[in-house]
Amino acid sequence: MASELDTLPVITTRRDEAQGFLEGLVSKGLGWARKYSLFTYPFVTACCGMEYMTLASARYDSDRFGAAMPRFSPRQADLLMVVGTVNCKQAPILRRIYEQIADPKWVMAFGVCASSGGFYDNYATVQGIDRIIPVDIYVPGCPPRPEQVLDGIMLLQKKIQDQAHKLVDRKQLPVVGREPAAG
Amino acid sequence: MSKAVIDALVERFPEAVYDPYEGVGGDDCAFVKKERIAEVCGWLKTDPRMQFNYAPYITAVDYLGQTPRFEVVYNLLSTKTNARIRLRVKVPEDDCVLESVTAVWRGADWFERYCFDMYGIRFTNHPDLRRLFMYDEFVGHPLRKDYPLRGRQPLVVEREVHDIYRGPGPATRD
Repeated sequence: MASELDTLPVITTRRDEAQGFLEGLVSKGLGWARKYSLFTYPFVTACCGMEYMTLASARYDSDRFGAAMPRFSPRQADLLMVVGTVNCKQAPILRRIYEQIADPKWVMAFGVCASSGGFYDNYATVQGIDRIIPVDIYVPGCPPRPEQVLDGIMLLQKKIQDQAHKLVDRKQLPVVGREPAAG
Repeated sequence: MSKAVIDALVERFPEAVYDPYEGVGGDDCAFVKKERIAEVCGWLKTDPRMQFNYAPYITAVDYLGQTPRFEVVYNLLSTKTNARIRLRVKVPEDDCVLESVTAVWRGADWFERYCFDMYGIRFTNHPDLRRLFMYDEFVGHPLRKDYPLRGRQPLVVEREVHDIYRGPGPATRD
């Protein structure tokens, strides 16, 4: 016989409600601010770089979406754009770049080579950078047209808006890709 | 085109150069014995009639299943006489050692490092015989025909991915 407690809604105090409401407001505001000021770090390794230049320059102008400020220091960047093939020799470099970017950070895999290795299914190429670092958005294409990348940026902005943002975040940061110590 | 070149070469080294033929595109080709290659190259560069002062490309080929298994190919160009010549050197698998031609052409340095990296052919008297493309931790020589096509040797521990096409697991699986 079920207790009548089971059917009762979760009791929240007015304090919890008010706190949650405020956190939601702050999260929305921070998300709005962050999605329109994506400072990118272009990790350009291959021919997709030409398409990245088209994207960043006047005709397609990713600055309209607030994502056109390339920072050539990962410590000043929010969005890591991995543009081109990443091979096994470069994988430690890519991971180090990712770890140097301060939170909050997002990663875009630009083109099929970064997304899945593309047609380089051989001894040298990493089969997608998600084997190295977590990826937020994949833009396929060989190379992708700038419209596709702009679409990817808009999808990423939507994702950022929907994420939970905090003014002060004290959560323990995950360590990427390292095996936990044995035992 | 440069029939005179190959004739002079065969005449100068009758016991080291054999089977001359005209290759695709009209380049003169000839096989050279492994032990004499540095000597032949030195003569081709310094002889006043030859003056092959430029080695545009030196590479190797793996004829798996044949003996001798490997072949090192020297493409030479003379910017004085505008002649080209291609020397082919058969290299057996159990004795993959050649004499370096870096003393003849300084630019042969990286080509020989490439041959060492990709095919495992070693060159004596080479100033700095390291891998050229692959990392030092890499085991094996990837352009050998018996190296597995997907024999990836990741340097970092890879994350688990869950993917319909690639399937779960790190890249060492495939």
